[in-house]
Amino acid sequence: MSVLAYLAATLRIAVPYLLAAAGGVITERAGLIGLTLEGYMLGGAFCAVWATFVTGSPWIGAGAAVVGGAALALLYAVSSIRFRADQVVVGIAINLLAIGLTRFLLRLFFDSSSNSPRVGGFVVQGSGTGFGALMTNPLVWAGVLVVPGAAWLLYRTPFGLRVRAVGEHPAAAASVGVAVARVRYLAVALSGVLAGLGGAYLALDQHQFTDGMTAGRGFIALAATIFGRWDPARVALACLLFAAAETLQIRLQGTQALPSQLVEMLPYLLTIVALAGLVGRAVAPAALGKTTIE
Amino acid sequence: MSATDPTMMRVGDVPSPAEASPASDRASRRAALEEAVLPPVVALLVAAVVGDLLILSFGQSPGAVYRLLLEGTWGNAYGFGQVLYKATTLVFTGLAVGVGLRAGLFNIGAESQLAAGGFCAALAGLALPSGLPWLVCLPLYLVAAAAGGGVVGAIPGVLKARFGAHEVIVTIMLNFVVLALLGYLTSAHLHVPETLHTPPIRSGALPRVAGVLPAFHGSAANATLVLAIVTAAALGWLLFRTRRGFELRAVGLQPRAAEYAGVSVARITWQALTLSGAIAGLGGLNFVLGYKQYYEEGFATGAGFLGIAVALVGRSHPFGITVAALLFATLSQGGLAVNALVPKQMVDVLQAVVILAVATSVPEVRRLLRGATRSAER
Repeated sequence: MSVLAYLAATLRIAVPYLLAAAGGVITERAGLIGLTLEGYMLGGAFCAVWATFVTGSPWIGAGAAVVGGAALALLYAVSSIRFRADQVVVGIAINLLAIGLTRFLLRLFFDSSSNSPRVGGFVVQGSGTGFGALMTNPLVWAGVLVVPGAAWLLYRTPFGLRVRAVGEHPAAAASVGVAVARVRYLAVALSGVLAGLGGAYLALDQHQFTDGMTAGRGFIALAATIFGRWDPARVALACLLFAAAETLQIRLQGTQALPSQLVEMLPYLLTIVALAGLVGRAVAPAALGKTTIE
Repeated sequence: MSATDPTMMRVGDVPSPAEASPASDRASRRAALEEAVLPPVVALLVAAVVGDLLILSFGQSPGAVYRLLLEGTWGNAYGFGQVLYKATTLVFTGLAVGVGLRAGLFNIGAESQLAAGGFCAALAGLALPSGLPWLVCLPLYLVAAAAGGGVVGAIPGVLKARFGAHEVIVTIMLNFVVLALLGYLTSAHLHVPETLHTPPIRSGALPRVAGVLPAFHGSAANATLVLAIVTAAALGWLLFRTRRGFELRAVGLQPRAAEYAGVSVARITWQALTLSGAIAGLGGLNFVLGYKQYYEEGFATGAGFLGIAVALVGRSHPFGITVAALLFATLSQGGLAVNALVPKQMVDVLQAVVILAVATSVPEVRRLLRGATRSAER
């Protein structure tokens, strides 16, 4: 199998990771834990399929995913910023809410407990899996461009400077006039938008919504965020690494050269090792997870 | 995540100890009780409203659905038996999360610890000759299940105590690692072809409640129920009546003060997470020895996250956790009972709403109550 085909397969798997992990970097650099990426992706996937089903347009589907992801993100932001609820608890609740709501709405809208009807996507089915077909999908372009975009936003714009300030030292940021809460609301909403788009890519790529279809991809994006030490370029490399391993495992399936479960655990295992400081030191934004500004 | 600041993951969950003079002891106890009980009450009210909306969106009457839910759970012996069975697992995962919270640690890994406990108990069972009475096997099973969960709990404990690795992320990531590993071991070496489970264990099945009370026939409630109650009582004793428990709570409330008073925060950290994992591991007996007599992939799914909900609603107190486990078990069994009228998936939404509402109302209730006390003192 050619190198090019392998790279195309890797990119195809990496796109949702890239989108969600870019959201993960932005929310965590602003001080809010990215536990909720999984929920945003699932919500985005459902909204994309539902809107595409109703309107027939994947563009409107992607727009609906943005709205769905942002709505869940705002719920997270209001709970943890306005009500100062514990971010981990709220994060878990948001994920469970996304699972429950998508299941309920699947029954309500499509009268099924497992999957939606098939919908069209950006790419016509059967047009192959090579680079040519991939590049006709605007969400692939979004996944490729989101990395330099996030880097530019964080390091080259006043907003990015404020995001990093409220994530490192909110009190200092507040003392020079940064509206800490507003910056955090925007950062969290942006992470919801990006992860929602990641979910839309996933659902439109498979042309339907299935129950729990994100299957931990949001947590892989969180793992990439941490493993890539909260820096967009490194995080993107982590996403590509995880996707390449997954591609390899799919290629080796049936040969029994490598048990699939051992590849599945790789991103998580690497993240634990990185957190323990065995391979470089992963130092988080200082105010990550804190509920109060002091 | 900042590992140097152990206060960061303080859930603000443990009711604060009485600060006032002995004269106002009773008043402050009452305030602490209000602070503990109000958020779950608020959460249940919110959940009821959301539930009404969901039921109405499906064109059904909330009254009829709630009546059916109660009839299908507490209204007959079979339904009640199923509630007890489901509550048993949740007591274990709830206690596991609760003991972590008391020490200021957030164990999100109860799901994989539960699975590991069940897996190790099954391994022990497969090694035993058939026909041994359950009382003889039980000690071995208890040790195997606690060890399985305890090892999975000890990993984040040691990584946090030694390297400062944040336990929330480590336990989440470890869930995936451990479940994949157990899946590999089961599918590669142990499973019965065409299934996801191990061969049956021939020794030490725990007696069912139905064996004593025939009305419970068909329900999976079993002797693990008693073990759950004993574990809850033992944990209450450990937390509130022993020196080690006092140290654990001190670390949870104010780690720097505890360290200053001579408590080793690192030691309490790994011990609490190991204990937490061991308790979750014991819960594996409910399915493996009390119900199916084999380990099956996915039996623990969801029980870990629900354990977090149970610990939060139960305010990390063994008694509260037991009540909360019954509540959440009633909801999950009730979902099946009402499935003819509304999708059982409604229950998933309600469980999430309860967690969200408790989490957001805890700090708010505390502020309101503190505000009220201050203005009363003025």
